[in-house]
Amino acid sequence: MKARVTVHLKPGVLDPQGRATQHALAGLGFSGVTAVRIGKIIELDLADGTDAGTVDAMCRKLLANTVIEKFDIELMA
Amino acid sequence: MKAAVVVFPGSNCDRDLAVALAKITGEQPAMVWHRDVDLPPGIDLVALPGGFSHGDYLRSGAMAARAPVMRAVAQAAARGVAVLGVCNGFQVLTEAGLLPGALMRNAGLDFVCRDVALTVANAQTMFTSRYDAGETIRIPVAHHDGNYVADADALARLEGDGRVVFRYAEPVNGSAHDIAGIVNDAGNVLGLMPHPERLIEPEQGGTGGRRLFDGLLAALG
Repeated sequence: MKARVTVHLKPGVLDPQGRATQHALAGLGFSGVTAVRIGKIIELDLADGTDAGTVDAMCRKLLANTVIEKFDIELMA
Repeated sequence: MKAAVVVFPGSNCDRDLAVALAKITGEQPAMVWHRDVDLPPGIDLVALPGGFSHGDYLRSGAMAARAPVMRAVAQAAARGVAVLGVCNGFQVLTEAGLLPGALMRNAGLDFVCRDVALTVANAQTMFTSRYDAGETIRIPVAHHDGNYVADADALARLEGDGRVVFRYAEPVNGSAHDIAGIVNDAGNVLGLMPHPERLIEPEQGGTGGRRLFDGLLAALG
């Protein structure tokens, strides 16, 4: 089985990379982009039967820094 | 003062720290590998060096903070042993939860590598007793992820308790409250982005960093 963990910056945490990307998009003529937030996707190959709680613990202990980030877990067969 | 310097894969200021400590204490610090589970007995100071531990993979300091040696560092910190984290060492201390907040990508996105002006915001810690409160010193920085972030409550606690020890006196990286260095609640763990170990002798362009180690030597014997 697999899990896909998406890590985002919490709302309110400034994202300098997102802001620079937003400006670059505007520079390329894409108007109307009001915000860009950059996160990351972590794909895990897991032993069958791994429960969501275990993946949650992985996120809290290592994959995300919960001071500045939040995460979503998607379990896939 | 018996000191230990922790070495992670990708540390690159470990020898600078060791040279500074040896010069000031007259004793070679122990070099401790990140996989070691114990610190040498009788240690007064543990120093976490600058560099790019584990290539900054995942987040700066994230892997190093989970290294076996960090359990011993946390236990030592809880016993009151002095812990100094410089640059990547500061990132490791926040990732390990020994200091609050986090260090994000610099606001300007650039790697900043130059001497910067710092204000000594608290001269009453064991790390800063040889500085004057409000004094401005110049110390080199060299980092990409030095933009200090913490929530409003954490910042209010840091400010209220005088735990902001160094502040940038000029724009550097976008840090909240211009924070360059903080101590933990007990005052025995300092993390700072600037590199005091790079300014120990006049030949290095100044001695503004030396007094941090002189203060530690005075405090720890």
